Amino acid sequence: MSLASERAMPVPAAAAARPAAAPGLAAQARRQRRLAYWQAAPLALVFLAFFAVPLALTLMVSFWEYNEYEIIPSFTLQNYADVFEGCFSGGDLCTTFRTYLSTLKFCLLAWAFTLGIGFTVAYFVAFHVRSSAMQTVLFLLCTIPFWTSNVIRMIAWIPLLGRNGLVNDGLMALGLTRAPIDGLLYSDFAVVLAFVHLNTVFMIVPIFNSMMRIDRSLLEAARDAGASDWQTLWTVIVPLCKPGIAIGSIFVLTLVMGDFVTVGVMGGQQIASVGKVIQVQMSYLQFPAAAANAVVLLGAVTLVIAGLTRLIDLRREL
Amino acid sequence: MTDSRTQAGLTRRSLLAGAAGAAGSQAITGFPAILAAEPVTLRYLGTAVNQSGDIARKVKEDLGITIEYIPVVTDEVSKRVVTQPNSFDIVDSEYFSLKKLMPSGNLVGMDARRIKNADKITPVFTKGEVNGKKIGDQGTAPKKVFYLEGQNSTKFATSPTEWVTLIPTTYNADTLGIRPDLIKRPISSWKELLNPEFKGRASILNIPSIGIMDAAMVVEAMGDYTYPDKGNMTKAEIDRTMKVLIEAKRAGQFRAFWQDFNESVNLMASGETVIQSMWSPAVTKVRSQGVACTYQPLKEGYRAWATGFGLPKTLSGRKLDAAYDFINWFLSGWAGAYLNRQGYYSAVLETAKAQMEPYEWAYWMEGKPAAQDIKAPDGTVMEKAGSLRDGGSFEQRMGAVACWNSVMDENTYMIRKWNEFIAA
Repeated sequence: MSLASERAMPVPAAAAARPAAAPGLAAQARRQRRLAYWQAAPLALVFLAFFAVPLALTLMVSFWEYNEYEIIPSFTLQNYADVFEGCFSGGDLCTTFRTYLSTLKFCLLAWAFTLGIGFTVAYFVAFHVRSSAMQTVLFLLCTIPFWTSNVIRMIAWIPLLGRNGLVNDGLMALGLTRAPIDGLLYSDFAVVLAFVHLNTVFMIVPIFNSMMRIDRSLLEAARDAGASDWQTLWTVIVPLCKPGIAIGSIFVLTLVMGDFVTVGVMGGQQIASVGKVIQVQMSYLQFPAAAANAVVLLGAVTLVIAGLTRLIDLRREL
Repeated sequence: MTDSRTQAGLTRRSLLAGAAGAAGSQAITGFPAILAAEPVTLRYLGTAVNQSGDIARKVKEDLGITIEYIPVVTDEVSKRVVTQPNSFDIVDSEYFSLKKLMPSGNLVGMDARRIKNADKITPVFTKGEVNGKKIGDQGTAPKKVFYLEGQNSTKFATSPTEWVTLIPTTYNADTLGIRPDLIKRPISSWKELLNPEFKGRASILNIPSIGIMDAAMVVEAMGDYTYPDKGNMTKAEIDRTMKVLIEAKRAGQFRAFWQDFNESVNLMASGETVIQSMWSPAVTKVRSQGVACTYQPLKEGYRAWATGFGLPKTLSGRKLDAAYDFINWFLSGWAGAYLNRQGYYSAVLETAKAQMEPYEWAYWMEGKPAAQDIKAPDGTVMEKAGSLRDGGSFEQRMGAVACWNSVMDENTYMIRKWNEFIAA
């Protein structure tokens, strides 16, 4: 697949570079363009129906008024004022900033750990395992946890980390600690652990894919030119893995930003997340308030993604 | 669309039903499923609490009505009633939700004359009394929202009318659950929930409208403040309550918050918490795992809740009749006894009593020591002979109710503050 796409790349570039010579050719090009629009239409319609329209509705509702049992279609900015209540008055951090800050912290921690682990695993499978059959087997092995639901994978940690759980009992039996460590469960640690456990595979897959596309002769050339293993890794492999890293990062960051189940279960519901705020408002029929929060969240995620694509031009790298 | 199709097929089907009934329903098992399932199906929306397979089986047996459960969480029940009023035929809702359900106009007042045991429904609902003694009515006490001014009215009547909002199914008095084996001393007040002695081992439920009531019970017990109505706080009172909660949270008082039944069971059974807000069957479940757990009566009283059947405005014809049949059946004793045996209370006590063994009634309702082993509806032993029910008799427990689950006028503000508390 990778070879095919590389070979396909130069063709449109060449077509674009060719000057429009004869009028007959121009007509043909126009027809082709029209055909291209038709070909894109089904996906565009799906996007319109299931993405653009709901998003527009969410945006619209976020400006509506509401009471206990109905939403009232009249324009108000109150929902946004409520979201940012107390945020610009100084003093203590407001709920929204505090929540986003906590979410951001989880994003960074989860991203750093999944990247570190994901890159290492992918590197091992791509460069240290020689036989391609073994590579496939090991790669599939990474996806096996996905055969169970992520809620179950998460809940499985609870008996392990609890006050009277396996880890605490083990530590005490070994004489390493005298009292159980409470911070193992229902804490930031537990949340990050679950995030890393759940999301590392989203890093492994795209990075592994990028690594497999690296021309092995480049590595030989680096070695011939006298580069050490670290230099090869840092100056050849990492730059060539950038698209994989960027895609994996986008996966992990968006998953963590929108998550409220993991934070809820592993944080003992004591840790705020934007998703949870939205969920509580939805369950109390405060749809406009929830919509306003969703729009703010969307903005925040878009900013993060925009920042990432600034660093790496995904379309060029692919 | 589905509705109109059912309507069109009505005459033919009801004829067939009549014929099938005459032939005896057992005789037609060889017919296609559509015929076997011919009797009306009622889509029953509610929390999983009252939705037992045993009840559905018994209804099928007694009335031939098929009950199709739609189990969701409390908040989701209200959401469905307001946003998808055609997705169910009968709803089992909490009384406190009525303040937002009735104005939506999606539920209809029920005709009390069609409910056979209507006048036997316990005065807890109709008058707010237990044995002639007034009980606490702070919050959304059922008596405040029991009657409607008219069948299609959205206003609650202050005096009895023939139009009832919800026909009660179950109710109970909630308090704190504790682990007596780990606490090792008597607990007698709500204020113990925030006692630093239990730092990192306490929990409160993360359902804002109920959690804040438990918090208010604590604040009052600490002697900080006495609310005119815990179930309907002013903004200042909400701020004051939340401040206490936030301080406790920052000091590390809470191990976790819980949102559903099983979470509360796991927290308590695993020893993560030793004191927490809890629901009665959750305490039973912890005990059935062999772990000591007490549903501790407290001197400030209980926080009560009640649920009942409501009917959507669009219900008509055979389904409407079936719904009334089902409700009448529900009040006629078997279901009441079934619920009483789980530690809930049933709406019509005398019919339930007739379906219970005298020793069961004495244990569950009169607060007497069990004369023999108390069994759950599935036959497992819940309590050994000689044990006593936590909190005692019906009169002692329901008579000591201090407040009811509620929806406040400042609900939106309260939810925002609750989110602030979670983020603190």
